[in-house]
Amino acid sequence: MAFITASWNPLGDAFYRKTDLYEMSWSLRDGLRDSLVAAAPYGGPIALLREPQRRSPSSRPQLEIYSASGGTIASFPWKSGPVVQLGWTVSDELLCIQEDGTVLIYDLFGSFKRHFSMGQEVVQSQVMEAKVFHSPYGTGIAIVTSSSRFTLATNIDDLKLRRLPEVPGLQGKPSCWVVLTQDRQTKVLLSNGPELFILDNTSCTVVCPPGLSPQDGNIVHMSVSFSYKYLALLTDSGHLWTGLSTLQEKLSDVDTKKTMAPKQMLWCRRPKSQQPSVVLMWDRLLLVVGVCNETIQYPIEDPCVLVGEMDGVRIISSSNQELLQEVPLVCQDIFKIASMAPGALLLEAHREYEKSSQKADEYLREIKEQSMLGEAVRQCVEAAGHEYDTNTQKSLMRAASFGKCFLTDFSPDQFVTTCRELRVLNAVRDSSVGLPLTHTQFKQLTLQVLIDRLVYRQFYPLAIEVCRYLKIPDYQGVSRVLKHWASCKVQQKDLTDDAIARAVCMKVGDSPGVSYSDIAAKAYECGRAELAIKLLDFEARSGEQVPLLLKMKRSQLALSKAVESGDTDLVYTVVSYLKNEMNRGDFFMTLRNQPVALSLYRQFCKLQEQETLKDLYNQDDDHQELANYYVTASYREKRLEGRLSLLQSAVDEYNKAKNEFAVKTTEDEMRLLRFQRKLDDEKGAGLLGLSLQVTMETLLSLGLHKQAEQLYKDFRVPDKRYWWLKLKSLAEKEEWDELEKFSKSKKSPIGYLAFVEVCIKCNNKYEAKKYVSKVTPEQKVKAHLAVG
Amino acid sequence: MAHSARRDSPELPDFSILKRLARDQLIYLLEQLPGKKDLFIEADLMSPLDRIANVSTLKQHEVDKLYKVEHKPVISTSDQLCFLIRPRIQTVKWICDVVNTDKVPGKSRRYKIIFTPQKFYACEAVLEEQGIFGDVSIDEWPFYLLPLDDDIISMELPEFFQDNFLAGDQRWVRTAGSALHLLYSLYGPFSKVYGIGRCSKMAYESWREQVEEGEQKARQAEIGNVFLIDRDVDFVTPLCSQVVYEGLVDDIFRIKCGCVEFGPDVTASDKSVKVMLNSHDKVFSEIRNEHFSNVFGFLSQKARNLQTAYDKRRGMDIKQMKTFVSEELKGLKQEHRLLSLHIGASESIMKKKTKQDFQELLKTEHLLLEGFEIRECISYIEEHINRQVSMIESLRLLCLLSITENGLLPKDYRSLKAQYLQSYGVDHLLTFSNLRQLGLLVEQQPGETLTVMESKVGKLVNDKTAGKLTDAFSSLAKKSNFRALSRKLNLVPKTDEEYDLRVPRDMAYIFSGAYIPLSCKLIEQVLERDGWTGLEEVTRLLNGHEFAVTGSSGVDSRGKNDTQRIILVMFLGGCTYSEISALRFLGREKGYKFIVVTTAITNSSRLLEALLDNHV
Repeated sequence: MAFITASWNPLGDAFYRKTDLYEMSWSLRDGLRDSLVAAAPYGGPIALLREPQRRSPSSRPQLEIYSASGGTIASFPWKSGPVVQLGWTVSDELLCIQEDGTVLIYDLFGSFKRHFSMGQEVVQSQVMEAKVFHSPYGTGIAIVTSSSRFTLATNIDDLKLRRLPEVPGLQGKPSCWVVLTQDRQTKVLLSNGPELFILDNTSCTVVCPPGLSPQDGNIVHMSVSFSYKYLALLTDSGHLWTGLSTLQEKLSDVDTKKTMAPKQMLWCRRPKSQQPSVVLMWDRLLLVVGVCNETIQYPIEDPCVLVGEMDGVRIISSSNQELLQEVPLVCQDIFKIASMAPGALLLEAHREYEKSSQKADEYLREIKEQSMLGEAVRQCVEAAGHEYDTNTQKSLMRAASFGKCFLTDFSPDQFVTTCRELRVLNAVRDSSVGLPLTHTQFKQLTLQVLIDRLVYRQFYPLAIEVCRYLKIPDYQGVSRVLKHWASCKVQQKDLTDDAIARAVCMKVGDSPGVSYSDIAAKAYECGRAELAIKLLDFEARSGEQVPLLLKMKRSQLALSKAVESGDTDLVYTVVSYLKNEMNRGDFFMTLRNQPVALSLYRQFCKLQEQETLKDLYNQDDDHQELANYYVTASYREKRLEGRLSLLQSAVDEYNKAKNEFAVKTTEDEMRLLRFQRKLDDEKGAGLLGLSLQVTMETLLSLGLHKQAEQLYKDFRVPDKRYWWLKLKSLAEKEEWDELEKFSKSKKSPIGYLAFVEVCIKCNNKYEAKKYVSKVTPEQKVKAHLAVG
Repeated sequence: MAHSARRDSPELPDFSILKRLARDQLIYLLEQLPGKKDLFIEADLMSPLDRIANVSTLKQHEVDKLYKVEHKPVISTSDQLCFLIRPRIQTVKWICDVVNTDKVPGKSRRYKIIFTPQKFYACEAVLEEQGIFGDVSIDEWPFYLLPLDDDIISMELPEFFQDNFLAGDQRWVRTAGSALHLLYSLYGPFSKVYGIGRCSKMAYESWREQVEEGEQKARQAEIGNVFLIDRDVDFVTPLCSQVVYEGLVDDIFRIKCGCVEFGPDVTASDKSVKVMLNSHDKVFSEIRNEHFSNVFGFLSQKARNLQTAYDKRRGMDIKQMKTFVSEELKGLKQEHRLLSLHIGASESIMKKKTKQDFQELLKTEHLLLEGFEIRECISYIEEHINRQVSMIESLRLLCLLSITENGLLPKDYRSLKAQYLQSYGVDHLLTFSNLRQLGLLVEQQPGETLTVMESKVGKLVNDKTAGKLTDAFSSLAKKSNFRALSRKLNLVPKTDEEYDLRVPRDMAYIFSGAYIPLSCKLIEQVLERDGWTGLEEVTRLLNGHEFAVTGSSGVDSRGKNDTQRIILVMFLGGCTYSEISALRFLGREKGYKFIVVTTAITNSSRLLEALLDNHV
């Protein structure tokens, strides 16, 4: 296996290697010459715009989108204005920055999504250069105009344009510049001749990197590392300065002896890098310059494009793609010639074992004597993760598995996880998928995002396989994929509504977490309202159907679904929505067909909008309720006139409702009110608002017998009641003579036992006795008992 | 009677968890508003809150002052106001006024509204309309259930009844479903769910939805079957005068949230005393379910026992005395105090209720239930109205008459209504409209059955008798649902035997042997038949909406273990203490234990007051 190291090149005390990723499956006529190329990190897609500068209207440049392995995803002629820069967002959307400052956003499949402008002033001054950068806030864009002004947008999804201050003495575009993200601030570092400036929101400061003297020449190229931590500056005299991007510290200073400006310059490092380097590319040469001052040179045959990754640099040419990276320490330990690291020994032991050689035992013993077997297994497993070649992966994993047999107390977790992850990685690295992710990148990207990317590229079966294989809970895994699939499916224009609905229902079934209403919403967005309704029918929770139905203006259906759901809040939401959307008449008509919603709305109106309530009853010709409404209103009215007029309205409505009883009662009430008012005015009796009974009581207690009598006659108070009333009132006032006179006025309709009892109640036995004789024979005993 | 329980009756689940849960949730919400704050509490939430967290608990969590939510300017100077309210539009409007008043002088405070048990969209809409949605933070305190006793849990939502049955506003149905879900998640799974009534069915469905949304955990069930019942299935029972001790105390003194305030006439001093009425009160727990006529006997026996216990002191040596004082005396003293209170209460009840007119009132009620001498009853009610005995009582009798007779004759309806309006004020016109809407007090529609029956009878007897019989028939022959139900379910026991109230033989004892409460009888029948089979006629008369569902978990396969005999009965729209007493009796007879969950404890007065419409 010595040949593994054949592709290794030493750089300082570390090694660099180039790994073949793909034979590119594209066929480019003119290679990568004269094209704008943008390739996204993390094995992202590649966008290619041919000859963007050619401006003849007859031949439009072609915009092509490829997967990282060169598989064609989309291709279409560019019809908009001249493009300055292409770039990819973190969510794999293509940004095309035009000369006039307009940014057009396309999805992976080349369909236009939206556009925005980098500011009004750009339209006149034109964009000279633009850069797309990624930060924790999302994807940002920076431009510099021909009037030498910079404009920044840190997150294109939450667009806030910032125009940076002027750079003193800058004419045209700067010789080179980069965007830095430091301390939650986005800045621009630029050079103008020998001077270096930092440009932030408010100021433009001249800076001087430590250890870079002005004699070294003008800065012609600069590059910032993937993590924004390191900076490399190249001068026209071929000096390469590297240091921290804070410009606080210098790492190294190398004289490359190349005076020609490179086409591209990128950092190449990895997490826990031993020997970070800067990669410079000219037409025929690729130079790797380590901070240790050593260099590696690779010749180049074709024009290439470099893509910076977190753990290396991808080199894309028209024919193939390679990954240049520092060899991870653990791989060095295992594969370095004559390495005695435990992992290397274990690999050797396993090789001997397969050859059925007893040397296997010797190697094993050697590891075990140092009690390094656990470490050996770990090394093999880790190294397998870093290897791209499946055979190497296999032999390392087998060695690890072999070593594991001799360990009693070793957790298999790491081994199992790495096996699984490698399997997934190998699957997505396949040229037909084209996601050349390293294990380190995969860890950084997370599995969730990987699945998202697969879904986004419409590799649904693979995504589902991955979810199932890695046993991701349905809710986050399979269901999510299915949801995306269904949302995509509903956009297929060549299928009928029925066919799509059936297909969706068959695949999705009742997977947990897949909401049919979401799918239906998507269908509606694509203008397929009928399909949306069909899909909504699959939705089990009627509450979920409502918002979309409202959006689709199927308000009746929405209301009945809301009622069906039994959620009154939802019903109310629909009602208040309808109230604003419809005209009053239609609104009331709709409510009328939904009693539940109607009573809910009535309850609300009773407390909030009395007037609406009236309209509601009016609309329904509900005279009874309308009359009741007036009666209620009359209680709130303080003035007698207002009260009477409200009651009159009530009477009219009762009449319409053919409720004669209520008519009469209300009229009586009005009569009583007038009567009370009159007496209040004349005698100050304070009667207004009292009931008939209480009025009579008060009159009697005031000694206004004549008026009481009048009420008794006018309102046809039953004799019994009047007699009870008068009896009680006279007794309470102890007007015994008057009482006696009253008893004799005619035959008592309530009998005379009542007289006896009332007198006793008022503690007047003497008076009580007067009436005993008049009591009917049946009640005599009771009367005598009462008197005692 | 509490001592004559069947020895194998199962243990009740521990409901104090509900209180702890509610308290922890409230504390969590209060801590969401750090720093000192004044707490404004909805008036009718005060008592329930007191059962959950007392003032010192609130103070521990930086509640400074406590106020009642009222429609008047706040005097609080705190810069953080927290409102604990029911989701009522009226209250929310008051709070809007408070906030808007503060805005005028530019005063800035933090406001937090905690809705319990949940918020409603309408409330938020009001906040939005009044332009203060952004000024207040909103939370929900899911305090659905308050255990009032070992076997009574109340949602303390009296407005459930009006809103749902009168206004047709179903907003609380989901709340009831959530309450059931809470019980399910703590004490479930249930093996079978029965129910009757539209609202019950909806509450059941709402609960099922919540079960399906949530995750299921396999756990030991502590509740067997569940029975849901709407209040409008049986209006007769709550309209009858209560004569069981606990019910009587509620009718007369009004038990509020499991606690009653005895006035000076009971305590025989010039102070009022608040007493918690539950099974921890040893005296009360023995007499609560007794017919009132037995209570005095029990109490005097108790007094004698107490005296004997005190008398043990005599002839003790020092050591014995010491143990007596440390162990027994305190208990005896406590019992003594309670005993004297209950004796006082009983005396006060006696004064009010043993008078002639109460006996006559009961007699009228019994006649109405039996359907005899309706004319006499009507004139009794008439007199009742004319003499203005009591506005609510008169209304209660009218309703009872109407339900048992399936509506009043148009002639009677008009005259009684006119008299009532003259007596108690014309504003009750709207009350009558409410009662009619609910079917509590209606006018008979000229029915065909009547004429058919009349002509038949007319042929059989001579004209004179037929004329006399018309009145009687008008009440009998009509599709009087109550009458038919009463016959089917045998609700009115035969009157010819003497009913010994000391040894009750059925649930009728709670109404002096005159009537078995319909609601409880239904529960008994359904549990006995394990469903509604054989009750088809009954459910038809009750307007259907019955259901019986076996739970999804296969608990019932394990057969009749103890849990199976714990029955949760949920009354939607309130239940009375008499019904609870009847269920306790049924439980003792059949070896069940009933847990009563209700939207609120009700009685005839509360029921009718909710329907009065003169206070708007």
